[in-house]
Amino acid sequence: MNENLHGFNYQKDAQGIVTITMDLDGPVNAMNAQFRQAYAATVERLCEEPHLQGVIFASAKPTFFAGGDLKEMLTCQLGEENTYFEMVEQIKSYMRRVERLQVPVVAAINGSALGGGLELCLSCNYRIASHKPNTLIGLPEVSLGLLPGGGGVVRSIHLLGLQKALPLLLEGKRLRPNEALEVGFIDALVDSDSDLLDAAKDWIDNHPDGQWQQPWDRPKHRIPGGDIWHPTIQQTLAAAPAMLFQKTRGLLPAPERILSVAADVMAVDFDTAQRIESRAFASLVPTKEAKNLINGGFFQMNKINSGASRPRDIARRKIAKLGILGAGMMGQGIAYSAAAAGLTVILKDVTQEAADKGKAYSAMLMDKRIRRGRANEQDKADLLALITPTSEMADLAGCDLIIEAVFEDLDLKHRLLAEAEPLLAEHGVLASNTSTLPISLLAKAVTQPQRFIGIHFFSPVDKMPLIEIIRGEASDDMALALAFDFSQQIRKTPIVVNDSLGFFTSRVFSTYLDEAARMVLEGIDPLLIDNLGRHIGMPVGPLTVQDEVSQQLAVRIAETHKAMGVFGSKADTSANAELCSRMVNDFNRGGRHHGGGFFDYHAGHKSLWPGLREHFFNPCQEPLPEDIIERLLFRQVLESLRCLEEGVLSSVADGNVGSLLGIGAPTWTGGFIQMANTYSHGSFYGPAALAARCDELSKRYGERFIPPHILRQAAADNSVFN
Amino acid sequence: MEKKIHTMSQHAYIFDAIRTPRGKGKRDGSLHEVKPTLLGAGLLKALQRRHQLDTARVDDVVMGCVTPIGEQGSDIAKSMVMYADWDESVPGVQLDRYCASGLEAVNIAAQKVASGWEDLVVAGGVEMMSRVPMGANGGAWSNDPEISIHTGFTPQGIGADTIATLEGWGREDIDRFALQSQQRAAAAQTAGYFDRSVIPVRDRNDIVILTRDEFIKPNTTLDALAGLKPSFANLGAMGFDDIVLKKYPQLAAIEHVHTPGNSSGIVDGASAVLIGSETAAKTNNLTPRARIVATAVTANDPTIMLTAPGPAAYKALAKAGLSVADIDLWEINEAFASVALRFMKDMGISADITNVNGGAIAMGHPLGATGAMILGILLDELERRDLKRGLVALCVGGGQGIATIIERV
Repeated sequence: MNENLHGFNYQKDAQGIVTITMDLDGPVNAMNAQFRQAYAATVERLCEEPHLQGVIFASAKPTFFAGGDLKEMLTCQLGEENTYFEMVEQIKSYMRRVERLQVPVVAAINGSALGGGLELCLSCNYRIASHKPNTLIGLPEVSLGLLPGGGGVVRSIHLLGLQKALPLLLEGKRLRPNEALEVGFIDALVDSDSDLLDAAKDWIDNHPDGQWQQPWDRPKHRIPGGDIWHPTIQQTLAAAPAMLFQKTRGLLPAPERILSVAADVMAVDFDTAQRIESRAFASLVPTKEAKNLINGGFFQMNKINSGASRPRDIARRKIAKLGILGAGMMGQGIAYSAAAAGLTVILKDVTQEAADKGKAYSAMLMDKRIRRGRANEQDKADLLALITPTSEMADLAGCDLIIEAVFEDLDLKHRLLAEAEPLLAEHGVLASNTSTLPISLLAKAVTQPQRFIGIHFFSPVDKMPLIEIIRGEASDDMALALAFDFSQQIRKTPIVVNDSLGFFTSRVFSTYLDEAARMVLEGIDPLLIDNLGRHIGMPVGPLTVQDEVSQQLAVRIAETHKAMGVFGSKADTSANAELCSRMVNDFNRGGRHHGGGFFDYHAGHKSLWPGLREHFFNPCQEPLPEDIIERLLFRQVLESLRCLEEGVLSSVADGNVGSLLGIGAPTWTGGFIQMANTYSHGSFYGPAALAARCDELSKRYGERFIPPHILRQAAADNSVFN
Repeated sequence: MEKKIHTMSQHAYIFDAIRTPRGKGKRDGSLHEVKPTLLGAGLLKALQRRHQLDTARVDDVVMGCVTPIGEQGSDIAKSMVMYADWDESVPGVQLDRYCASGLEAVNIAAQKVASGWEDLVVAGGVEMMSRVPMGANGGAWSNDPEISIHTGFTPQGIGADTIATLEGWGREDIDRFALQSQQRAAAAQTAGYFDRSVIPVRDRNDIVILTRDEFIKPNTTLDALAGLKPSFANLGAMGFDDIVLKKYPQLAAIEHVHTPGNSSGIVDGASAVLIGSETAAKTNNLTPRARIVATAVTANDPTIMLTAPGPAAYKALAKAGLSVADIDLWEINEAFASVALRFMKDMGISADITNVNGGAIAMGHPLGATGAMILGILLDELERRDLKRGLVALCVGGGQGIATIIERV
């Protein structure tokens, strides 16, 4: 007997075992409207099935089950929570019936089972997965601003205990099959997909007498590790909020809601806990954080990583040999990241000694990894063997890609680029890691400007996941495609922007520092400014980060831009230039690595340089914290929108991903452009709210907050940036 | 310079008295999923909303809770105040006088106001019996043999059975009272008498979890009640009957007449009463509905435990200079049917004016919250009938009794 129930293939064998092969329309199985129909029909059918001996849930897709329907959730508005509450309650009531069918139910997991997919598996009595390297199993809802609302919080705690389940839920870890086996999400592994059904049937055959019952449906079931009355659990629940806050600064509701539900799971029975979980899930769906994380952090991130900004009709290429000019901080970091991805690297500096020192950086990083048990001596030797340090330009001959990463000096760069160009392999590309000089200006030194492009890395290169590819006026699609392929080859996410002063990331980031400087000059308490920068979710306060970048560098960049006649032509950085100039020239405070900047640095900690308050602080200022926060944030948001308006960005996705990974845009924003889509102010929502609030700020603080045309237009059209 | 001195002995007025619906106090009860702090905080928010209250003007929040451990531990009153986002200046205190806690909170609030030392106080209670079970907090009187032996401790159900035995009330008398409680509660609920003061409990999405008391069994019959097994016969046989009989040697045996059907129900619930001075009424634009005329607590034999409501009521009447005839309506907490019957006998009052809308046998007894709940029911009914005075009383652990007299203004 074989029947299709809305996309679930229902097949009963002679023995009485029903195999349900999920094959919904579209590339993956997901918890969408079709699923709800198919699942309901299937469960009703199973409950009526005569002589049923067992049930197997399997998938006809390469992934087992992909999880919730995020597109559907993006449309959920505040006030529509009840729809989602009832929807998940309905699905969960069917799940409950499945796990209590009175016959063994097995999940045969042939590929990734994430979110709703794993929840579906957890409502089976037994879970077998095939051991494939690209299978991922876990509950990553938290990374989408949601919580596992299909029983995932409740079942994982009842299955694993609070201590083991919490990290999985709060970090949304995606596990390999063997890791999932180790934590207990799955019960057994088989070598290949073809073994899955046999293993499932074997298990059913061997468990005819009720031994398949879910732990929580057995009499005398106790949550492993104890419930709310256990002292250890009480300690865990008391400490967890603080430990979470340290990571989220209170800006992400989803993990907080997970903790809250987890505490309820410890206090009430299984079914009541499930209802509480449904309510908490429904409360998260319409939040701005969920929308931002889903749209900016997930959809657009996937779009970028799948190559939306890469020219389509050019074949993918692999870089075999990479040349790097300059073995300083950036050059040595690029060398490490490239070698770690298996590329052959020629690391060139003026002297052999300087080049060797650059290579030693990779040795140092590998030693660190070895100490942490993440690599061994052989890994280190293999990686170092890929890097050849040299002082000879000729050693760069035959490189597929040469990146210059020398000091930001136009003449020096021009000279080196001209020398390096003839050494490229056929179809090779020349690139610059500049963050301040226009690509088209640098291109004047080369004979084939179409093969020249900007590849902007972020510091520290080995940790920062973003690459900003800058297309010069003459750069062609081949150069762009190669830069893109190279970025992915070294496991970084590339965004593509057009050549304009400060490109995208540096230009936007400079406004964060500029607004902070402006507030210092206004007399606002510097510590308040720095701390509130962190409170909105920026990784580091603006004054602290300026100390790292160094006031000296800020002064030098301003001078360079003035000499080029471009200072202030894009972002307004005049306040920061003024403050840094005073810091360097009047007070000899050049930055952290120049004896101190806004802060003094002592062994292991920093304190505000007293001179900063003495010279700038006006105790009569009574600033509004919400204004400080939004000034710091909105300068960057507005600058991002200007980049979109001017065509520096060719897509919203590039802007959001670039700001998240390169500038440290707070996670909750989903990127500086996405933030505008979900901002609310008074009765306004989205771009109209942002425009209204910026109008207020511009009246109070200056015209740099006047909304750009693109924002006014979106506000007028009631549209969003996508 | 003349110093402003607060006038002592001012009136304590009731501006509002609200409660949650009572949910069955088991895992399948509707309120089981609600955390105790949230249940109480919901009422505080409702008070704020109903009166556009500037919460900074509230001097204190006094909440009864009889099992103040775990989720109900560590001064749950302050937890509620903070979770309700009331002004940071508002303190909170949890108190425990067993089943009197909710009314004790009201009385203390009244005394705070009447003394002139505070102007606006919230009083009430919370008890989530489904989440923090009765008795989970232990206690020396019942659990420490030395103290138990010295004081002649017996569980209160045995005391309730002893009252019935002493008075000669048989199972049918007891069940008849229970049936009346069910019928009255069902009729009052159907007629909407509770709607004004029962605040539906909602979830974080504002989705309603429970609107009305769910413990009432409108279809109760005498036959059904008669079929229930006595709750305390086994405990009695274990030896507790003998402890009681030593004190009441005139009895041959204890008749175990109380069952789940004629004892108060185990439920979840919370209550909150807004009490304040005339000054508070003016400042906050509040309308006094009644004043608290007198309060009393007392105690008698802790072994029979449940006979002090009458003495407490007389004490309050004496303090108020009133007599039984001056009281228009009476509320006695239906911890057990025999307690209510004994109270009516002690006061010489009729069932026609006592617990006219039923009681805890029908609706349940969320220990720490009940006193303030039945105070609110009494006030609503005085207004509905346009009567003047009412008295509310409860039996209390340790042989204590409590009473409060209110008068409409």
